[in-house]
Amino acid sequence: MSGRAPRGWRGEAAPLALGALPIAFLGVFFLLPVASLLLTSVEGGSLAPFERALTDGLYVGVLIDTVRLALVVAAICLLLAYPVAYFLATASRVWTAVGFACLLLPFLTSILVRTYAWMILLGRNGIVNRALLDWGIVAEPLALLHNETGVVVGMVHVLLPYMVFPLYAVLLRVDRDLVAAAAGLGASPWRIFTRIYFPLTLPGAFAGAVLVFVIAIGFFITPALLGGGRVMTIGLLIEQQVRQFLDWPFAAALSALLLAAALLIQGTFQRVLRGEARWH
Amino acid sequence: MGDREIARGDADSAASAARAGEAAPLLATAGIERRFGATAALAGVDLAVKAGELLTLLGPSGSGKTTLLKVIAGFEPPDRGSVTLAGRDVTALSPAKRNIGMVFQHYALFPHMTAEANIAFPLAMRGLARETIRAKVASALTLVGLAGYEQRLPRQLSGGQQQRVALARAIVFDPTLLLLDEPFGALDRKLRAEMQVEIKGLQRRLGITTLFVTHDQEEALVLSDRIAVMNAGRIAQIGTPEDLYRRPATRFVAEFVGEANLFRGRAGVISGAAHARTVEVKLESGASMRAVLAPGDRAIHYGADLALVVRPDRPRIVAAGEAAENRVAGSVSEAVYLGETIRYRVALEGGGEIMLRHSAEGVRLAPGARVELGWPAADMTAVLWG
Repeated sequence: MSGRAPRGWRGEAAPLALGALPIAFLGVFFLLPVASLLLTSVEGGSLAPFERALTDGLYVGVLIDTVRLALVVAAICLLLAYPVAYFLATASRVWTAVGFACLLLPFLTSILVRTYAWMILLGRNGIVNRALLDWGIVAEPLALLHNETGVVVGMVHVLLPYMVFPLYAVLLRVDRDLVAAAAGLGASPWRIFTRIYFPLTLPGAFAGAVLVFVIAIGFFITPALLGGGRVMTIGLLIEQQVRQFLDWPFAAALSALLLAAALLIQGTFQRVLRGEARWH
Repeated sequence: MGDREIARGDADSAASAARAGEAAPLLATAGIERRFGATAALAGVDLAVKAGELLTLLGPSGSGKTTLLKVIAGFEPPDRGSVTLAGRDVTALSPAKRNIGMVFQHYALFPHMTAEANIAFPLAMRGLARETIRAKVASALTLVGLAGYEQRLPRQLSGGQQQRVALARAIVFDPTLLLLDEPFGALDRKLRAEMQVEIKGLQRRLGITTLFVTHDQEEALVLSDRIAVMNAGRIAQIGTPEDLYRRPATRFVAEFVGEANLFRGRAGVISGAAHARTVEVKLESGASMRAVLAPGDRAIHYGADLALVVRPDRPRIVAAGEAAENRVAGSVSEAVYLGETIRYRVALEGGGEIMLRHSAEGVRLAPGARVELGWPAADMTAVLWG
């Protein structure tokens, strides 16, 4: 919207009119079902489903595993995305375009297709294992599929663009004069990176990592296919409760906990980031 | 450390050489060329800066002055030519190894570091001891009048204070050369004048060789020991502010530095001794004027298309019968009181106009009044029109 929108009722009514339909749509088809699902968890005024989810070691274990998995994925994404974003932000225009194409093509491909592709790559007889065997790097095929390794690889692949794009935007905003100034004052390229570039982009990096974490914590397809039933996450647990045991209240309680965990992490990091970014 | 000592030593020897009368410049560029696509930002720049002087690169935007500064600092590689600093060819050196302090247009203070940490940065990069750094930072802060502001972040400082921090950071490590890239642009008028005086004083006291870039000719006249006027990727003229004002070498310099009245005409008789030749010029209006040529000016010959330049403070009011080498007549069309001076516009009888700047103490002219003006050939300069 232009900043010169006229004040008064027209200035406020026009955006409202534009937004009314999507807001109504979201309200009817998203907020209402979510609210009714969450209400299911406290059906009859009983907190039993929550008690079960938070005290039974089995379910607490799944909760912890999910958070750990999401943290590992977010951390790996951060490590991989930083150099990629740095390259995109500093390379020539042609290389930036090539880099974006490489990122966007898989991004626009269905998650399902990509996940199956990883099954072909990572299987016992997959391309990765065969190459490793042929080169004599390993004697036995590695267990890459149907375990946490496979899930992490697949999730990192899917979520990497969510990390690269915000990070790229942050790196692009770093004032080139600061880098030039640091160089002129005697800093080596490594020192420029560690003392100037990295600290200035750290808040953006964290913001990207939080985004990846929040998406990863509720991931379903990739852990379902690449985990082969051996990796259990909250997402899978919820699906199982609904489809196999028809235990809607418990599934709803797990969903509420998932939502709470995501909001908690998001809120905490936002607070930390605000402190970090106090120079802006 | 070692490098710096050598650099300082060279600077000192360069300074003493300059004192001995030998022109051993601290900074010299030779044949610097730099193209961006089809345009030549720098088309062969030879510049020599003496130790301890403040030299200004003055030019309109796009004249190449900022590119030249970047080449000297090492941020921009020249396509051709070399940069020599304190007797050492630094053309291939990275900025980090040149030992040059620079104040950026928008200061480029590190936003996540306190004033103290910003100023300590170049010292930390040189691996100095913690105690040494502390002492040097403290004295630098005192030097720029910011003692007590150590723990402030840049965003907690005013524009003027930020500039002082940037200046302290640029001089704290005893750089061989100080570069100032339009540092006053972001300051309001009063603060600008204050900072100009302060920076010039500091530069004198420290004896630090300084290259200053600006597009503001007034600022250049105030600050500089010498000015290099740049135009279209070349140095049009280099000299003291008075040289440029009184003896501009090209029409561009005449118009860019200070106010100028121009008359166009063709060169007639040229006569006189080699160091002070006088040219008689036939104006388009049919009148003729006389001007003294710059010593050593060989470009002007009989029939050349010339621009005659007279500064607004030179034409005097002359009586009807009084003799004057150059004279014009006209009526005052505008009189503007500027405090110490009054600026008049006079519409000339042969067409065109002339601008005058007279002391407010002397005779006042009223708008509409007819005046006759005269000035000697020595107050007029002739340069090629093209």
